[in-house]
Amino acid sequence: VLERLKSPWPDHRAERLLGAVSLLIGVGVVAMAGFVFTRAWPLFQHNGLSWVLGGGDFETEINNMTAATSNPPAAVFHLRAWPLIYGTLLTTGIAVLLGLTIAVLSSVFIVELAPARVRRIAIPMIRLLASVPSVIYGLIGILVLVPYVGNHVITTQEKVSVQNVVQLTGAGLGVTVVILTVMITPIMIALICEALVTVPPSWREGAVALGLNPLRAVRAVTLKAIRPAIVAAAVLATARALGEAVMIQMVSGGKTFIPKPVDGLPFFFEPLRTLASAIVDYRDGVSSPALGAAVYGFALLLLFSAFALSVTGYLVKLPLRKYQTRG
Amino acid sequence: MSTFASQAPPTGGAPHSSGRGRRSSPMSWRWGDRLVLAAAWTAGISLCVIAAAIVLYMGYRGISYLRPGLIFSRPQVSAGQSGSGGFLDPLLGTMILTVIGIVLALPLALSAAVWIAEYGQGGRARETLARIVESSIEVVAGTPDIVIAIFGFAVFQLSLFAPFSFTAEGGGVYGRSFIAAGSMMSLLALPPVYAATRDGLQAVPAHQREAAFALGKTRITTIRRVLLPSVRSNIATGVTLGISRIIGSTAIVLLLLGSTLRIEAQGSIPGIDVLRGTGSSLTTYIYENSPAGEGGAPQKAYAAAFVLLIFVLALNLVVERIGRAQASATGLAPVGAVL
Repeated sequence: VLERLKSPWPDHRAERLLGAVSLLIGVGVVAMAGFVFTRAWPLFQHNGLSWVLGGGDFETEINNMTAATSNPPAAVFHLRAWPLIYGTLLTTGIAVLLGLTIAVLSSVFIVELAPARVRRIAIPMIRLLASVPSVIYGLIGILVLVPYVGNHVITTQEKVSVQNVVQLTGAGLGVTVVILTVMITPIMIALICEALVTVPPSWREGAVALGLNPLRAVRAVTLKAIRPAIVAAAVLATARALGEAVMIQMVSGGKTFIPKPVDGLPFFFEPLRTLASAIVDYRDGVSSPALGAAVYGFALLLLFSAFALSVTGYLVKLPLRKYQTRG
Repeated sequence: MSTFASQAPPTGGAPHSSGRGRRSSPMSWRWGDRLVLAAAWTAGISLCVIAAAIVLYMGYRGISYLRPGLIFSRPQVSAGQSGSGGFLDPLLGTMILTVIGIVLALPLALSAAVWIAEYGQGGRARETLARIVESSIEVVAGTPDIVIAIFGFAVFQLSLFAPFSFTAEGGGVYGRSFIAAGSMMSLLALPPVYAATRDGLQAVPAHQREAAFALGKTRITTIRRVLLPSVRSNIATGVTLGISRIIGSTAIVLLLLGSTLRIEAQGSIPGIDVLRGTGSSLTTYIYENSPAGEGGAPQKAYAAAFVLLIFVLALNLVVERIGRAQASATGLAPVGAVL
């Protein structure tokens, strides 16, 4: 046998072996969806799809699930997880919108405006921002930003105005969104810059020759040409923001609460919980039947959104790909 | 075209503000344009300032709390910060996880990259299969690590995988061990290694392959003797990116490695017992010692975070070095030339 392995492989055997190993990855992905769905099944069995809606008392339902023993009655599985989904949508939405604005501006800055010397410093700095682990962002958030916001930014008046509903400590929507924005902006900048440099300079020069100032030329020609890349960047950043668990769990206040815009300024300091951070919060209950089904349900929703986003990303990049092969 | 260009030097492309004509001076722009210009500068500069602030602050905290003793002593159970020991075990844990993750991810990623780049064309069946593998890797790359972690938990709690962790007295499989966490880590490292290798293979000029075929080499020999050696630096870049994803991942370790700060071996076979056992990594050490965890020892958390940040910075430097060396060797732009 050893002799046969040592002798040069015939091509067809090598191809089949490599193909088989590669297909393992596909099998793994199917297994992932299958496993998570199977474990989440009881949640769907008892709630249908309405567990993503509101109308229940989330914390009580989770407490019932935690207290349940090995053979829980059907009533225990009752869950309405809208607060988590609202929290996820809120943090992701604000962070992506904010981050996209910053990313477009700073990509234009890096590629078109910055002097070469500034650019040489700025690029590694922004790349570094993308590679800082999320637990370090969380640590800075919980030890620096949260106490600062709690002690100096939130006024006593604001604390009093909502004290019957929720306690404002500093951990909450504002800090979460700020850190999340810093985390996802570098990803968008990388993609947008990559597209910006592929636009032929003559296009923009033509616009300048027609009398536009350079900045307007960038806006009217270059940014318009890379629109698919900007959308793709936003999609990728959304996927990243949806799945961020540990950092959000550390700085979001660890309380199931629905921040209400009608509260005015305190809205930005109200605590929340997202799907991903809930998985971290309830990680010890994964083995228990009821709570486990709920946690796997959250994971399934995240997996499904990530899948949908990667399909969207592929679709929006199609025109870009066509344009690049032509140019 | 070129005569026009020499008469009126184009702006923007070459970033010399002095070369601009009278009309492009920002002082004569409309207010809205000036505001956008200011905003672009502010956005770019402030991101750099944030990055610098994070590094400087972590450096300041790290240097004031990091002692050599912390790196070389094991965590202790203690009420106060002074008695709770250091983070030798988490450091080792991070290394074990990295090794397992890379060892599992490398063959998968390399075979997928080679198969798709070298055997992926010709025939409908082949192209379909290649497309399936490509999209699966894209799905893996897009899956949040918390979901990967919880998938790993579902897998390793199967009684089939009981030998990889330990079985509790009631017969329930614990499902948390270095093997469980490390194998899920390999899913984090897989996409970057795959992408870097595939891009490298696709950039190898066709005449190199043809020269090897002309010498009578088979495809697989060409791959082993010619192509893989020539994309070595791409593979190195991919592996470095993979390592930095692994050492920065918290969620997988939190869920899949148990929550013992020390490395607790399971079973009696030396070597294997550690892999079956539980432990911690630098990331979970930081998490557990921050106010979010139980420890409440921020000084220890800062010190460990400083060490972790140094690792990440070093890996960033390695990627940049490889890219630069490759650029000067081939005359091509390095991987990720822009960012």
